[in-house]
Amino acid sequence: MYKIPTLYGLIAEFDKPEQLIAACERVRENGYRCMDAYVPYPVKGLADALGFRKSRVPLVTLIGGILGCSGGYYLQYWCSAISYPINVGGRPLNSWPSFIPITFEMTILFASLFCVLGMLALNGLPRPHHPVFNAPRFALATRDRFFLCIEADDPKFDLRGTRLFLEGLHSHDVTEVLY
Amino acid sequence: MSGGTKGTVAIPSYAAPAEIVGLRKPAFIVGGIALILCAIGWVVNPTQFLQSYLIGFLLWCGVVLGSMALVMLQFLTGGAWGIMIRRPLEAATRTMPLLALFFLPILFGMRRLYAWSAPGRLTGHQAQYLNVNFFIIRAIIYFIVWGFLAFILDRWSLEQDRNPGYSNTRRLQLLAGPAIIIYGFTMTFASIDWVMSLAPGWYSSIFGMLIVGGQGLGALAFIIIIMLLLAHHELMADLLQPRHFHDLGKLLLAFVMVWAYFAFSQLLIIWAGNLTTEIPWYLHRLNTSWRMVGLFIVVFHFAVPFMLLLSRDLKRNAGGLAAVAIGLFAMRWVDLVWMTVPEFHHGGFQISWMDVMAPIALGGIWLGVYFTELKRRPLLPIGESNLQNALQHGDDE
Repeated sequence: MYKIPTLYGLIAEFDKPEQLIAACERVRENGYRCMDAYVPYPVKGLADALGFRKSRVPLVTLIGGILGCSGGYYLQYWCSAISYPINVGGRPLNSWPSFIPITFEMTILFASLFCVLGMLALNGLPRPHHPVFNAPRFALATRDRFFLCIEADDPKFDLRGTRLFLEGLHSHDVTEVLY
Repeated sequence: MSGGTKGTVAIPSYAAPAEIVGLRKPAFIVGGIALILCAIGWVVNPTQFLQSYLIGFLLWCGVVLGSMALVMLQFLTGGAWGIMIRRPLEAATRTMPLLALFFLPILFGMRRLYAWSAPGRLTGHQAQYLNVNFFIIRAIIYFIVWGFLAFILDRWSLEQDRNPGYSNTRRLQLLAGPAIIIYGFTMTFASIDWVMSLAPGWYSSIFGMLIVGGQGLGALAFIIIIMLLLAHHELMADLLQPRHFHDLGKLLLAFVMVWAYFAFSQLLIIWAGNLTTEIPWYLHRLNTSWRMVGLFIVVFHFAVPFMLLLSRDLKRNAGGLAAVAIGLFAMRWVDLVWMTVPEFHHGGFQISWMDVMAPIALGGIWLGVYFTELKRRPLLPIGESNLQNALQHGDDE
């Protein structure tokens, strides 16, 4: 029988960023992959400790740029040379130098649209609610506490084992995060 | 917040490393040998010598004036990128007297170089502007103005070291605004005099900006190479971080694009106008074997560096970025060949060994003086209130 998941993960609270980074490293060494850290300000080295991979936003942007470039040029070529050819002062129908500015601008337009929309599609924003907000002390993540959440989707996740492991990492208040 | 109060990065004396200053000798030796070869070339074929010499002069003139423009740009915009490279740029601006000295052969050889300098060649309004006397007067004015700006910028920057206060920073910012406009105007006229007038009947209103953009690009490429050299030696090795090269790489990409924008705008406007007075400049270049040089420039002065500099990893890798900078600096030479030599050889591609030797000769001597100047100041502007920010800037990335 399919069971509706009710547990999002386990969240642990830390007092100092150094403890959080050390914990992230230990957690990764132990084979956990589905996790995220929540901190009140940018913490140097945290992304590395979490094993942050490069996003695919640059690739999406590049694809948008190439589409805009070829599409922009083709639009002008199709209008001027195929659909409605007009002889302007004896210039060739495919007057590529005069097509460049619009081609360039379409490149920028599509690259930036793909960049913003691709970023939103990849990170799942806008998102009005997130399960970690259900953790009782999570509001402190915007003030002076540091949180690490191991998600239940992680293949190594095991409610008792993971809880014991997190409690051994100088953390306190390890709590379950429910949907 | 003055330097050192935060205590996170210690402020030592910031003297240029001896290894870098030691490059002076090989630079003078290479420059001296090339200069002797050029002197032989001058005896054999003085016209060719002057044509090649003009390319060499324009290349290094671009580094000096581009450096001055970047210094002024930094005072205008602020920003951590400029603080790290300010002293190497200022060292380049202090070579302005040498640049004036380099100009003398052009002044004395102008009758071989510029067709319009022959009596009776031009008439009317054109003759009132393009004549030997006025050309000389204008050249003197350019160098006085540039020399004055370089001197004041450098002097006030040094005073900021000794007395780091708001007023000493503020007056540099106030000077930089008018000064960069003056540079834009004088360089526009200088590029008309020195380069555009090689084809006396031809004019392009964006030409000055095209030269200015090329100077900025050349100077930035040169400084990136110098920063790589500095990053290999003590002191700067600890201070220069990938993020600093990342900033310079981003700026280099911007200059590649702005140069391409100017160069293409000129082609587009003249191509669309299709006027008999304007198109010969391109006909000499695009309807002959010079076309291949043009294609080469499109690919290696724009397309390839543009694609490479999109990469974040490359910009953060000092060696990789410097390799692109070396390529772009070489392409500045190709671009100057493209701008000047087809006016001497309308028929098709032709290049002389002196076109290569003269830039090396001037470059060797210039670099020798440059490294001497680099030694004369601390390598970082120690009176700059944002120095600590610049050193730590982007630490969270």
